[in-house]
Amino acid sequence: MSDTFIFGMEVFLNGLMAGVLYALVALGFVLIYKASGIFNYAQGVMALFAAMTLVGIMEGRVPFSHLINAIFGTHIHHFGWHLPAVFGILFTVAVMAGFAWCVQKFIFRHLVGQEPIILFMATIGLAYFLEGFGDLMWGSDIKKLDVGLPQGINLLIDETTFGWFGYGFFIDNLDLVATVIAALLVISLIIFAQYTKQGRAMRAVADDHQAALSVGISLNFIWVMVWTLAGFVALVAGIMWGTKSGVQFSLSLIALKALPVLMLGGFTSIPGAIVGGLIIGVGEKMFEFLVGPLVGGATENWFAYVLALLFLVFRPQGLFGEKIIERV
Amino acid sequence: MLDTSDSYVTEDGRTIGGVVMEMKNITLRFGGVVAIKDISFDIREGEIRAIIGPNGAGKSSMLNVISGFYNPQEGDVYYKGALRPPMKPYQVAQQGIARTFQNIALFEGMTVLDNIMTGRLNHMKAGLFAQAIWKGKAEAEEVANREVVEKIIDFLEIQSIRKTPVGRLPYGLKKRVELARALAAEPSILLLDEPMAGMNVEEKEDMSRFILDVNDEFGTTIALIEHDMGVVMDLSDRVVVMDYGKKIGDGTPDEVRSNQAVIDAYLGVSHD
Repeated sequence: MSDTFIFGMEVFLNGLMAGVLYALVALGFVLIYKASGIFNYAQGVMALFAAMTLVGIMEGRVPFSHLINAIFGTHIHHFGWHLPAVFGILFTVAVMAGFAWCVQKFIFRHLVGQEPIILFMATIGLAYFLEGFGDLMWGSDIKKLDVGLPQGINLLIDETTFGWFGYGFFIDNLDLVATVIAALLVISLIIFAQYTKQGRAMRAVADDHQAALSVGISLNFIWVMVWTLAGFVALVAGIMWGTKSGVQFSLSLIALKALPVLMLGGFTSIPGAIVGGLIIGVGEKMFEFLVGPLVGGATENWFAYVLALLFLVFRPQGLFGEKIIERV
Repeated sequence: MLDTSDSYVTEDGRTIGGVVMEMKNITLRFGGVVAIKDISFDIREGEIRAIIGPNGAGKSSMLNVISGFYNPQEGDVYYKGALRPPMKPYQVAQQGIARTFQNIALFEGMTVLDNIMTGRLNHMKAGLFAQAIWKGKAEAEEVANREVVEKIIDFLEIQSIRKTPVGRLPYGLKKRVELARALAAEPSILLLDEPMAGMNVEEKEDMSRFILDVNDEFGTTIALIEHDMGVVMDLSDRVVVMDYGKKIGDGTPDEVRSNQAVIDAYLGVSHD
């Protein structure tokens, strides 16, 4: 086997695992879009906020400590405890559920029946609010997140592939764990949507509001539930990215990477988000590997968007989206 | 306070029970427009109760008041003998009042079977986790729910389309699927908003037969709106007649037919 081929395989695997992380973010978008027709621009900031909250709770930081200190002239910063990751995650999920409730109560309940563009604008406002609120609450420093996930090269894979090809693959343990967790998350979401009462109600609301009301489904409850689920998915994505590169503002920009994923997979399809994420992940890594050297590199910055553009031209509903039929 | 004791037997042998729902002095306004003006009537258990009237008489508004889509400014709604506070539509549905819509509200992306299964949502009580792993109570419940649904599918003769996505069905069948979904909830009161609107004669006859059979077989209380006088007179036990938001007649089809105010509303009256 040629060296290029073996090296290409390693790139392919790494691309798959990067794609899983893209898919995770895209999943949050799909959940909310399906159930309420809202394109949630704040999904990336939600991931940042969730990760910040997790760090804050685990390290025992005092929320709004800067604000409190500035007003009262005190010097409090820490409660002085360190919580295990499990408790931190549970608390953070509760915070995200509270956030979901507030979003529904104070914003979207008042915008029922509005144009999609208005709902979208509201989420832009929400994104900037949440970004500032997160900084105010937990401080804007770059935070280190460690929930005990393994990191660094996976030696087993390294040695095995070295035995096969005389060249050891570099696969990060964190990427492996992320892949497994994302897979579990997707499977549970699909089971939830297909087989549980709440999941069925969610699909019903996604399809027709009036019909959903007439069979006894509370739209408000479903919307809070969906935002909570999206908050949970954001937390998982926030943990993965935060562990990788620290919890900082740039984390919220992963939402931009989810856009091409959604255009590929379709805005309304959970499997679409996964497949779209994988295609983008593998596509951009392979493109960089094969074509990058010819054009001077840095193709990863634009590859996904160009691919999305092609899809918009030739298949606007994405791979799995519902076909857009205009009846006249 | 409501007299729910007296029941009687109809000519064709069905037992009509006491009052299950009573509307008292209902007034509904949209800004300055009065859609319903001081209307009172009741619905008895097991009967087919029709609300008729010319276009714009306020029939659909009345149905929307019963199903909680509108809350009236004045008047009280008594359900099963108790005063009903203002409620959201989904709460009314959870209380056992199912409905269909004049312009059909179905889950277009789901199959016929899935659509009808959503009618059973209020009958699913098992925990989230049990449902997800399909064990214990959840399994028994799902089987029981499927049985109810299959019975209704048989009854309404839609076996052949049970796996078809609803979006692909013709209008007449959609109406039938919507009826099936409402029935699946095993409602105390079934509200039908113009079940025969836009249908041809054959479809109308089918639908009339289904309405009669549902009432006969399951003993379901049915309140329906229709502006086709002929159909209503054949179907219903008692009829409320509305015109310009007011009640102008109430009684058996024969009584209503000979009511001068009703005749005037439908045929017009000369002012000379």
